Amino acid sequence: MNWGVLLLPGSNCAEDCFHAVDQVLGQPVRYLWHKDTDLGDVDAIIIPGGFSYGDHLRPGAIAHLSPAMTSVKAFAEKGGLVIGICNGFQILTESRMLPGALLQNKGLKFLCQDQTLRVENNSTAFTSEYEAGDVIICPIAHNEGNYYAKAETIEEMEANGQVLFRYSSPDGEVSDATNPNGSINNIAGIINRNGNVVGMMPHPERSADSVLGLSAGKGVFVSMLKHLEAVNS
Amino acid sequence: MTEKKAGMEEKLWRKAGLTDSEYALLTKHMGREPNVVELALYAQMWSEHCGYTHTRPLFKHFPTTGPRIVQGPGENAGIVDIDDDEVLTFKLESHNHPSAIAPFQGAATGVGGIIRDILAMGAYPIASLNSLHFGHPGDRGHTRWLISEVVHGIGEYGNCVGVPTVGGELRFADAYKGNPLVNAMCVGYMKKSEIKKAIATGVGNSLMIVGNLTGRDGMGGASFASKDLEEENDDDRGAIQVGDPFMEKLLIEACLEVFQEDYVVGVQDMGAAGILSSSVETASKAGNGVEIDVALVPKREEAMRPEEVMISESQERMLLIVKKGMEEKVNKIFHKWDLHAVVIGHVTDDGMYRVLEDGKTVGEVPVWSLMDAPTYELVGEAPAHLQRTQSFKNSDVDVPDDLNQVLIKLLGSPDICSKEWVYRQYDHRVQMNTVVKPGSDASILRIKGRDKGVGVTMDSNGRYCYLNPRTGSQSVVVEAARNLVVSGAEPIAITDGLNFGNPETPDVYYQLEQAIMGLSEACRALNTPVIGGNASLYNQTPEFGAIYPTPIVGMVGLVKSLDHTTTMEFKAEGDHIILLGTTREELGASEYLDQIHGMVMGDVPELDLEEEAQTQAFILKAIRAGLLSSAHDLGDGGLAVAIAESCIKGELGAHIELDANIRADALLFGESQSRFLLSVTPDKADQLMDMAAEMGVEAATIGKVSTDKKLSIKNNETQLIDRDLALCADAFNTGFDKMMKTDG
Repeated sequence: MNWGVLLLPGSNCAEDCFHAVDQVLGQPVRYLWHKDTDLGDVDAIIIPGGFSYGDHLRPGAIAHLSPAMTSVKAFAEKGGLVIGICNGFQILTESRMLPGALLQNKGLKFLCQDQTLRVENNSTAFTSEYEAGDVIICPIAHNEGNYYAKAETIEEMEANGQVLFRYSSPDGEVSDATNPNGSINNIAGIINRNGNVVGMMPHPERSADSVLGLSAGKGVFVSMLKHLEAVNS
Repeated sequence: MTEKKAGMEEKLWRKAGLTDSEYALLTKHMGREPNVVELALYAQMWSEHCGYTHTRPLFKHFPTTGPRIVQGPGENAGIVDIDDDEVLTFKLESHNHPSAIAPFQGAATGVGGIIRDILAMGAYPIASLNSLHFGHPGDRGHTRWLISEVVHGIGEYGNCVGVPTVGGELRFADAYKGNPLVNAMCVGYMKKSEIKKAIATGVGNSLMIVGNLTGRDGMGGASFASKDLEEENDDDRGAIQVGDPFMEKLLIEACLEVFQEDYVVGVQDMGAAGILSSSVETASKAGNGVEIDVALVPKREEAMRPEEVMISESQERMLLIVKKGMEEKVNKIFHKWDLHAVVIGHVTDDGMYRVLEDGKTVGEVPVWSLMDAPTYELVGEAPAHLQRTQSFKNSDVDVPDDLNQVLIKLLGSPDICSKEWVYRQYDHRVQMNTVVKPGSDASILRIKGRDKGVGVTMDSNGRYCYLNPRTGSQSVVVEAARNLVVSGAEPIAITDGLNFGNPETPDVYYQLEQAIMGLSEACRALNTPVIGGNASLYNQTPEFGAIYPTPIVGMVGLVKSLDHTTTMEFKAEGDHIILLGTTREELGASEYLDQIHGMVMGDVPELDLEEEAQTQAFILKAIRAGLLSSAHDLGDGGLAVAIAESCIKGELGAHIELDANIRADALLFGESQSRFLLSVTPDKADQLMDMAAEMGVEAATIGKVSTDKKLSIKNNETQLIDRDLALCADAFNTGFDKMMKTDG
């Protein structure tokens, strides 16, 4: 399966995502340059974290206008798998490929920590490797990760099982005390109605390489790979 | 050359920061009086910050060579060999005065500046660290504001530029109340074949400026850093630069892409004194001259005078010396990243430093004379306070009744408590190399594709150096090495940051001299040469006086296999707890004396460098033999604090039984040197103790790790400490937050 990592100016996690696919997953991967509209032959696209365009204006606000994003949208509309991580999630909400918005953390500070998440829905192309209720550690590192959407949107997403991950305690308890950034319903990651576009603030790539002492995030990439293999076989 | 002369009668040089004798000397070098442009060149290049006028003569004491040293002092950063044709380059730099006035930008641009030093070596920046010193946070709101802003600035820049901030230190003393210290360090990785130098070879080759536009920010920053910090310095706000980490990220990508090709013969970052110092240094190294036309420099402000363009410290700019004919190719790569690369001059063969404006010469001086800043070797005099502080006797203080309370207070005290409040604001995981996170003795990064790793640490102890600059400075080096060794890394080399007061006063000069001697002695003993560094003098204010003499050491070590990675926390119930070294009745200079008795008194604990080296060698050997479950050095707060830290991080208790015949406070909280706390599984304990005996290292089994979540320390059957771990953990984990929430 061919993977693409979108390379926007300032996307400082692009190499990490590349490494996760190339070295941990062992799959072919290449960068997709932000000025190119021809994405070539890719089966899955990662929009990595970082500070695209220096977060000028608002995180993701400029990046979603880049030429390559037009093609990413078209790719997603045809059912292609797209995952936006951290700044990638912000870009996906800015481009309206996912509902809601990411506001500044309730603590008004950048927050980098190894975060426990509860897996909410494992029947998706991105989470099939987990069991619902699993608690995984996935580092977060963001200043604007406070997920917000209108009440009816939240209600609809919850009803449709579109919430994939919630910030939780190590034993899976979800409460205000386990909410690092103020996200509504402790939402850490969501999926679109069609089930092919995911956005999440935690960094699964950072907990994919077991040398670093964390490995639970690898499941996201393995789930995607298995889905692609099943669809393409 | 008919411009207005600087004019003896106007004494303009004094305003520019030059002395009368310096002015006489430069006039002699030039054979005439300088014009205003030329005067500006000398004023910047001959400042302490660029010319190291007071420190250069003392640098000769530093050991700078060794089997792993590829590049010592003299380049943008030093280089060490880490096997497999791979090298690391690292350096630290101070940004004290800018951070005192504009803490957010001061700290941010400090991070950006040191990253460019590493980039200029041809390396990819893989880690940032910082050493911060402030007044006591509970003391006044201004200090808490400084802390918040500095941390925010470091985070904002480092997080955006994508270099993980993996470690450092944060220390407090009243001595830093008026003049905080912000020292930033960066470590870069590259293959040996990728090393770049700061040299302007090849007559006719082009000088290209890349990155940001040039403006009036940071005017005279080098000379601003070379005088005392005074109230009126608020007028120096123009001397503070503004950072753009997004630009820096693009600059890193574009430069490294250009370096892959054979277009560039030399690289220099633009730091203090901007275009001027970067080009002078590269020309001087090659023995060449350079010619720069200020009209060609891309600017963001209008009507800049030639000297303003030359000394501007606008951030995120680099100087490339590009092979003649390759300029368009270089520009094309920068263009891809939406950056420019513009020819501003070229290398000449006449040894002159020539400034042009629209083709017309506006300044012309010999390159060598700009690099030949006069140096000052003064006579130091031991500070008067030493007689008073060294007269301290342990009997001057009583042993407190409640030692439990002392432990809890120390665990929550500023220097000792957890700094998670700080490092959770830093992205310490980006680049996916961080094996051991901040909050440990040293941080460990893996080298991708290899089994090996790199250990990094930054350390200092201003109080020690204030009470004994010589032994205090030795202690700083060995402390850094201890942090690496207990983490499984073999120390390779150091970069030093010399933060002192005004060297023109005899007691500060004495401290500076003694500190350099002390650093040098310890570096020799531990085989960790000095491969580069930075001097920041004049750290004093009229209101609060001089800072503690604060040499800061950034040390890097090699973890030969990631299997050797070791951390401080206890791992399992029943593990034996071993104490290495001798505990003497030493209270002097301790954190305990400072925090509990409010006394900065006494002498620094005795340090035997040979014993230290031998003990460190033993620990590394034990780690490499796979014998240790945990390792931690004893530092601030002594034995009791070290045990508590290993318990808190491991969420396990400890039962300790000692048999010492010294005062209980010295036993628990004294800071006798060369001591370490190890834990080992029972089946490996004998082997470990045998190895210690063989190597002549004093080792005693003092207790066991327990699951009862209690910390108990007895001496000769007397219970000294008996506390629930939760209480210790709460003090340690919340101490910093509480201080930052103080009102007033």
